[in-house]
Amino acid sequence: MAGFLARRLLNYVVLVVVAASLAYLLAATALDPRSNYAQRTPKPPPAVVDAQLTALNLNDKTPLLQRYATWASGVLHGDFGRSVGGAPVNDDLKRRMGVTFRLVLLGMVFGSLFGVLLGAFAAVRQYGWFDRVSTALSFVLLAVPVVVLANTLILAGSWANEHIFRTLVFMVSGEYSIGLDAGFWRQLLDRLQHLILPTISLSLGLVAVFSRYQRNMMLDVLGADFVRTARAKGLTRRQALVKHALRTALIPVATYFAFTFAALLMGATFTEKIFGWHGLGEQLINSIFSNDVNTVAAISLLAAIAVLCASLASDLLQAALDPRVRA
Amino acid sequence: MTLSDEELAEELSGGALARAPSRVRVVSGRFFRSTQGRIGFAVLALMFLLAFAGPLFSRWTYTDKDFTAFMQPPSATHWFGTLQTGSDVYAVTLRGMQKSLVVGLLAALVSTALAAMVGAFGGYFLGWTDRALSWITDLLLVLPGFLILAIMSPLFGAGQWPLFVIMLALFLWMVTSKIVRGMTISVKEREFIQAARYMGVSPVRIIFRHVLPNLSSLLIVDATLNVSSAILTETSLSYFGFGIQPPDVSFGTLIADGSRTAVYAPWTFWFVAGLLVVTVLAVNLVGDALRDAFDPSASRKARR
Repeated sequence: MAGFLARRLLNYVVLVVVAASLAYLLAATALDPRSNYAQRTPKPPPAVVDAQLTALNLNDKTPLLQRYATWASGVLHGDFGRSVGGAPVNDDLKRRMGVTFRLVLLGMVFGSLFGVLLGAFAAVRQYGWFDRVSTALSFVLLAVPVVVLANTLILAGSWANEHIFRTLVFMVSGEYSIGLDAGFWRQLLDRLQHLILPTISLSLGLVAVFSRYQRNMMLDVLGADFVRTARAKGLTRRQALVKHALRTALIPVATYFAFTFAALLMGATFTEKIFGWHGLGEQLINSIFSNDVNTVAAISLLAAIAVLCASLASDLLQAALDPRVRA
Repeated sequence: MTLSDEELAEELSGGALARAPSRVRVVSGRFFRSTQGRIGFAVLALMFLLAFAGPLFSRWTYTDKDFTAFMQPPSATHWFGTLQTGSDVYAVTLRGMQKSLVVGLLAALVSTALAAMVGAFGGYFLGWTDRALSWITDLLLVLPGFLILAIMSPLFGAGQWPLFVIMLALFLWMVTSKIVRGMTISVKEREFIQAARYMGVSPVRIIFRHVLPNLSSLLIVDATLNVSSAILTETSLSYFGFGIQPPDVSFGTLIADGSRTAVYAPWTFWFVAGLLVVTVLAVNLVGDALRDAFDPSASRKARR
């Protein structure tokens, strides 16, 4: 097991290095920080622009590989360089990381938990009303992109605020109300109010994917001999289903988890941007528009690490669920 | 009684060799017997008809601007209402739908072809070819595709959408290629492939003539489902301005514009969003029904 994990880990480290390098090289080629200076009035003299770009390691007159070497040695020392504005990327990202982490974690937990539960429940009562409704709903949800879902939620939220609650229940923009001066509980409530809609927008897609997948896996397992044996040796239906069927059916879902994580990050990016959360995803979109090569590269590196951590976690989860992998 | 039925009856009564029903006919028969398949196919056909024939029935084209009606709700002259610029929402939406459908179809075809190639070559040759191809597959799985596409977006200027399609396809093929690789490894051991090999047929020819046709059902289903993921990805990218660029319109750019005015002008958002969801839903239904039609044992097993 330890050898297996070590090999995996090494492979992942190489993949992260290659992925991050590729992202940097692509960003440095495709984005053009020099154009940021062209729109300024008065137009700065070319020598000044060159000097500034060189100081930021963004000058396109420096050979690409040299810029890459400078960037890479900085990253190895834990320094992601400076943004086009001159502020250190590290500070900015550190502030934003928590925001994204909170959103992704909540979305993932709610999405996979509800998805697995719904799917398992639907499979147990196959072709019952619950199964039919949840299958139809997940089919529809799979056809709704996050950008439409998030906007629909915003519209629905503000409609509900206006017509049902007649007060602000769902907050549709930002992570917290700026300038809210109240006690701890009031602040917490405020944050929760801001959290509800983005979390729904992020996790609904996951619920749809996981419930369909879990339902199919569960159906494969339900008729298996070992479940019948478990019933035969005297376990109640519930015990047999939860301890034997659900656990076995979870194994492929755990593998699937790694594949969905990249999609989850993408969804988090859209959700942040639409709901105005100042997280990494929002910064990624902004920094592409402001030609901010270093920020883009840093966020790509973090995303690659996150995806690989997720697949490592899914390896571990699989090992925990399936004794055959551990051997 | 249709012509083909008569032919069949004639042959049967003749007592001579009765033709085995072709696979295409069997599969399409199963496909159209399922409610899912019928509904999906009908809706999808309707959507295509709407996208490509619909504009002919409107007085407005997508570049026209009606300077007497800004932000007007749906009416007899403007069936879906108008935008802030005076554009007719019906015309613009259908134009965007054309683009999204074409982009989705092309990207799905390219990505499935790529998945088939990479998977089949890796699985057939094994050894270093396989290791290199698998590694590239893993690498692309790790790189968030959205991120790379977004970074490259400055290169997709106006009129550069074919490049966008290829890049989109480049991030859709990985999972399928892993499945194709596994199936190739098992198909490779079958007798007819062994026979072809001993007869001296070249490996590339074996892959194209014998391996890939045997995986066709998987590939067709995958291509169908890829259409919906390509449309969804295209929409999201274009929404943020990373995909189809302004003079062109697509679902994504329209939804982005519509969502800004949706509160006081719902028609700018809901028609586009609704058509998008219905289209993707229809594609998914067709894909699912196709999967059942190709492999009826899968659904029968589940019905146990």
